[in-house]
Amino acid sequence: MNQKILTLLKGDLGRLLVLVGIFLFFAILVPEGRFARIGNVESILVQSSVVALAAIGATLVIVSAGIDLSVGSVIALTVVVIGKVLEDVESPGLLLPVFAVLMGVVVATVCGGVNGVMVTRLGMVPFVVTLSTMQIFRGAASGLARESNIYTSRTWINGMMDPVAGNADRSWMLMPPAVWLTLFCAVAVMLLLRYSRLGRHMVAVGSNEETARLCGVPVKRVKCWVYLLAGLFAGLAGMLQFSYLNMGAPTTAQGYELRVIAAVVIGGGSLRGGEGTIAGTLIGALIIGVLFVGCSQMRWENWLQTVVTGCIIAIAVLVDRLRHRQGERHH
Amino acid sequence: MSVLLEMNQVEKSFGATRALDGISLSVRAGTVHALVGENGAGKSTLMKVLSGAHVADAGSMRLEGEPYHPRNPLHARASGISMIYQELSLAPHLTITENIFLGVETGTRGWLKLKEMRRKAVAVMERAGLNGVSPETLIRDLSMAQCQQVEVARALASGCRVLVLDEPTSSLTKTDVDLLFERIREWRSAGIGIVYISHFLEEVEEIADDCTVICDGRVVKSAPMSAWTRERMIDAMVGRDVGELYPASNRSVGETVLTWTGPETSIELKRGEVLGIAGLIGSGRTEFLQSLFALRPVLDGDVTVKGVSGLDTPAESWSRGMGFLSEDRKREGLALTRTITENITLSKLPCWSKPSTRDALAKLWVDPLSIKCAHVSSRVESLSGGNQQKVALARLLHHDADVWLLDEPTRGVDVGAKSRIYQVLNQWTEGKPGRPPCAVIVVSSYLPELLGICDRIAVMNRGQLRSIRPRSDWTEHTLMKEAVE
Repeated sequence: MNQKILTLLKGDLGRLLVLVGIFLFFAILVPEGRFARIGNVESILVQSSVVALAAIGATLVIVSAGIDLSVGSVIALTVVVIGKVLEDVESPGLLLPVFAVLMGVVVATVCGGVNGVMVTRLGMVPFVVTLSTMQIFRGAASGLARESNIYTSRTWINGMMDPVAGNADRSWMLMPPAVWLTLFCAVAVMLLLRYSRLGRHMVAVGSNEETARLCGVPVKRVKCWVYLLAGLFAGLAGMLQFSYLNMGAPTTAQGYELRVIAAVVIGGGSLRGGEGTIAGTLIGALIIGVLFVGCSQMRWENWLQTVVTGCIIAIAVLVDRLRHRQGERHH
Repeated sequence: MSVLLEMNQVEKSFGATRALDGISLSVRAGTVHALVGENGAGKSTLMKVLSGAHVADAGSMRLEGEPYHPRNPLHARASGISMIYQELSLAPHLTITENIFLGVETGTRGWLKLKEMRRKAVAVMERAGLNGVSPETLIRDLSMAQCQQVEVARALASGCRVLVLDEPTSSLTKTDVDLLFERIREWRSAGIGIVYISHFLEEVEEIADDCTVICDGRVVKSAPMSAWTRERMIDAMVGRDVGELYPASNRSVGETVLTWTGPETSIELKRGEVLGIAGLIGSGRTEFLQSLFALRPVLDGDVTVKGVSGLDTPAESWSRGMGFLSEDRKREGLALTRTITENITLSKLPCWSKPSTRDALAKLWVDPLSIKCAHVSSRVESLSGGNQQKVALARLLHHDADVWLLDEPTRGVDVGAKSRIYQVLNQWTEGKPGRPPCAVIVVSSYLPELLGICDRIAVMNRGQLRSIRPRSDWTEHTLMKEAVE
């Protein structure tokens, strides 16, 4: 029995406790109890949702033993594409923003497809492929925006991240649409990963690619799907980022790829493949979100936030290593 | 009984090496056919041809009377031929069920029918002998024996008619071996043809109905077990002459430089002495050599090098004058994409030096070892296997090591390079003014080599080092007998 609890503690339950611990830490330290207020919790959730959504896609990539460094650039490209469609339109109405979002997400998915094709058909290493497309997509975003921000009028897209708490018209939603979208995607991918052939093949490819090939798993097709889906979720994250910024900013989401990878790794993903869960990734994204909001409300300087995040990643990986070493000793 | 699988005059060459020289093999339904031979005799090449991993140069195969030309392992599996390799091929992060049905899952529109798969998995797991384990267990939580059973379950689920077991007992305990044999008998009575590859002759005697011995890519003899005795098998395995490849040496023994004191045996290695270690692959020879060099911890026993015991790291071993040559030249022994100079000088490099100085240091060894290369700044991967091995050996000479630990020093090396390596071994163990004689330990699977170059030979058997005797006391036959019993 004790053993069982211990295993759980080392898994997602343990991560949840760490999340709660960090939250309580700030709840106690931030003056006047401002941190634990419902409005603040909501804003943490909303701010985490961009990273969380992109990290859902990145979980698939990392589970299949790949890596995607182009996430931040894809988010920026999506933001710019949406901005470009809505540029100079005074009253966009309902349908034009729908079209804009569609365009943005399609472009992002194509970007993912490009990564997938380069990895599988050209046989290049994922790290190098996405390192190069990270530059290419970022450059494309800058070019499309002519290296300046594209200002747009307010549309329903911006409503996705508006607070619900204390707003009588919207309180029926319980949480802002951005958070609902993230949860919906998380559940969908969880089901995909657990119950679909494609999902199990993704884990198999990450766990032992040779075996997967020997058993007739279409390794290349599986990998293509992985990067395609990673692009799709980066696109959705880009939509949320646009909602937050309300303009097409080509320089946005710099370094998000690292935050996204950090969320997956804190959530138990292994860069060697085969490991990583959507639940863990969501907790990982929330831990990063709580840290960012907490540090800024403590008025700690930026550099300190960065150092703290780095330490959390190192600790998460260390805990995982210890857990694995124990597993080996068991054999 | 009807013939299930027939291989006829199968030939396969790799470059100039003739791995299979017209091998014929026929496996009857409902029997166990043992395939026996020394390391490198061609067993694994033959099985790779059978499983579609290699395509034969010539010859034909028939499965149940129909022509059989496997394109790849997947095709072979679909045709009814499954292999259980020594290195198991399972995905550690997936469950037993998922591994059994990997690539052939049942489902509708991409969503898996988990219950159905689980039900089928339990059925084949039972036939494979994997009882009392949940089909939802992750592979990484299973023991080696259980993993092997999962592989067998996978083969049974794919409806295999020929099951190839490659050294299935090498990582099993005695109890697990007995259980495996019980299962093999069940599969046999179910009409499956089993090809059983093993070094352990007593296992072959116990389980096989037929036995084929191969040597140097040819069938020495194929016959029912009743026609074999253990002695005859050993004779068939080693049937060849020791040539003039091994030069005579007039070295003489000096003081002790390395002492190994184990729980059951101890060895004193002296200057001017070549000690051979024979044994099968997987018997622990490499691990023993690595422990002497502090590449892995010594669990039980003590290593003393020139009066100092308890060396902790390979770096300390190098600094005490030990040198190690890995059996795996491509992965451990050499940095293939770097130059000859870099590879030779890696272990002993001045703090600051010009590239030309380093090249000059490396060049010293090009002639004595007759390394054929355009320049010492050529990449090692551009050299032939034999020259690569000479570069690996040159590192020990450059380092001025006088205790050499050589693991398979002539594996995959042509005759010319072999002969040169033996000459160097002789020169350095004889010593000369200013250079005391070296002491050498050689691990080799090739028995004529050990008999040709060593002064004493020890045999490693299942992790135990035993019977250290002078060369003159050994023959290939007795060495092989000691190794397989």
